[in-house]
Amino acid sequence: MSDVIPAAAAVDPFALGDKPVRSREVFRSLKKDPAALVSIIVLIALALIALAAPLLSPHDPLQTYPDIGLGPQGQPLPPGTPGFLLGTDALGRDVLSRLIYGAQVSLVIGIVANGLATAFGVLVGIVAGYFGGVVEAILMRITDVVISFPILLLCTALIAVTTRSTFNVIIVIALIYWTTLARIIRSMVVSLKEREFVVASQTLGLSHRSIMWRHILPHLVPAIIVYTTLGVASSILIESALSFLGIGVPIPSPSWGQMISDGSTYFQIAPWMLFIPGICLILTVMAFNLVGDWLSDMLNSTTPTAR
Amino acid sequence: MTWWILRRLGQMLIVLFGVVSLAFLLVYAVPADPASTLAGPNASAATIASIHAQLGLDNPLWQQYLGFIGRLLTGDLGTSYVLRETPVFGRIVAALPTTLLVAVGGIIWQIILGVPAGIYAAYRRGSWVDRLVTFLSLIGLSAPPFWLGLLLIYYFAFSWGLFPLNGLGSPVFWYLVLPTFTLGAGGGAWYARMTRTNMIETLDSPFVRMARAKGMPEHVILWRHSFRHIAIPLLTMIGLDFGYFLGGVVIVETVFGLNGIGRLAFDAISNLDTPMIVGTVLFAAIFIVVVNFIVDLLYSVIDPRVRLNS
Repeated sequence: MSDVIPAAAAVDPFALGDKPVRSREVFRSLKKDPAALVSIIVLIALALIALAAPLLSPHDPLQTYPDIGLGPQGQPLPPGTPGFLLGTDALGRDVLSRLIYGAQVSLVIGIVANGLATAFGVLVGIVAGYFGGVVEAILMRITDVVISFPILLLCTALIAVTTRSTFNVIIVIALIYWTTLARIIRSMVVSLKEREFVVASQTLGLSHRSIMWRHILPHLVPAIIVYTTLGVASSILIESALSFLGIGVPIPSPSWGQMISDGSTYFQIAPWMLFIPGICLILTVMAFNLVGDWLSDMLNSTTPTAR
Repeated sequence: MTWWILRRLGQMLIVLFGVVSLAFLLVYAVPADPASTLAGPNASAATIASIHAQLGLDNPLWQQYLGFIGRLLTGDLGTSYVLRETPVFGRIVAALPTTLLVAVGGIIWQIILGVPAGIYAAYRRGSWVDRLVTFLSLIGLSAPPFWLGLLLIYYFAFSWGLFPLNGLGSPVFWYLVLPTFTLGAGGGAWYARMTRTNMIETLDSPFVRMARAKGMPEHVILWRHSFRHIAIPLLTMIGLDFGYFLGGVVIVETVFGLNGIGRLAFDAISNLDTPMIVGTVLFAAIFIVVVNFIVDLLYSVIDPRVRLNS
């Protein structure tokens, strides 16, 4: 799968049930899945850290300390140096502070970009699946076209021709990432459309809009929740890849991908510049994947775990 | 069957047309001006105007589009703005062997890493091997490939000096180990996951219970009966991946300094080298669309139910 692996590909949308899950069942199934529980705690902690970044970070993430932040030969300081817990980077900036602010970037981009992509994917999927015919043909061919481009190349091309900003990065990821969900939702709606409750609503003369949003959409919620959670992981990975290629959030904003990219130049003398942001990135993405897997297990109607 | 193929072929052509148009719109209809990028920051308005005229950028958009489509139909992708006198098509063909090597290597790693692990994990479900495979595949899916690549370079090439740092040299095989592994690791994780899921389903099916009841040896059940069932989805995944990889693997080629199609495309995008961008992006997309079509076709040949359902 090109450069970025969609973990979502391993989930079967049709196995996800559409019954309401009680909070008691949620806690019970969380107890059986300690990895998911830890992941949720990690993600909450991460969100709090990102929110409280100004309070928590010991230094200004953009401030360079050419005097105290660099060694005698102008080399970055290793982790454990007094005042710089996780060391400094090549410009003498505090790695820990940049890491904390980087969490903001990764989370905001991951969640907002993926949220937009989800909204768009669901809209396209429902409309295409519900109306069928020409509408479906047009929408799905557009989806095919977008999906046919390699994700990273299309992102790169879109960003190259616009001005580089965090907002544009979010829009570009969203513009490309809606396709998978659109296909999945469409196939689900095609089969839901045949069910009695939809036929009954049609017979009763409900409007298309009301049937789509009030009667069909609730049945898609479990699938949307699972794919959105897994999608955040992919969006964070795409953002980091773009930053690594030098076209992510603009410099000097600290993003984890950007930090890894900086580290790749200096890895011989300062490997921590490479390791530390990389490990943060992996743990975050892993946590989102684990929570997504847990959600899909819990909502899976064929093999219920909450029983 | 013929009708089905014709319909799929028609769909493919429509998608290809859309891909071409989108690629054109992406780079021709945007605010950024390739002429001013080409001429540099200190160029006079007259220089920029003359470059405009030379490249035909003054013509209305529809004329540029028609000209573009016309040239494309004759196989002419134009010449690069930046590397003068170089036909885009020639450059892409020159970069193809590198990308092909990396792509084939990446696929091989994916299969080696993913398939046996997935099968064994499914067979010994719940054992420590299963947990290990699940855990490793989770890491593989979560690790950014560029980070993995840099890590491999740091340890295997820089610290321990086992493999070359970057580029291509002789023997080629030696230079390809790290980049292909980087490419294949994430996919291998994905394959392991998919193989495990499919295999668990297959091992639960009645025909396996029947074979066991007949007293058939386990290795025959696993490799001759069950493997066939997971082979079809596996083939699909391999086919699709191959299409994606051939379009260039920007990250791996960047990390390891390889001059493949991905790098060519990325450099072209940074330089706003319009014909080269359109050429490479188009090339990649065509690979994906055509491979998709072939996979669909194979799928329906192997499994006639697919044909009936569509």
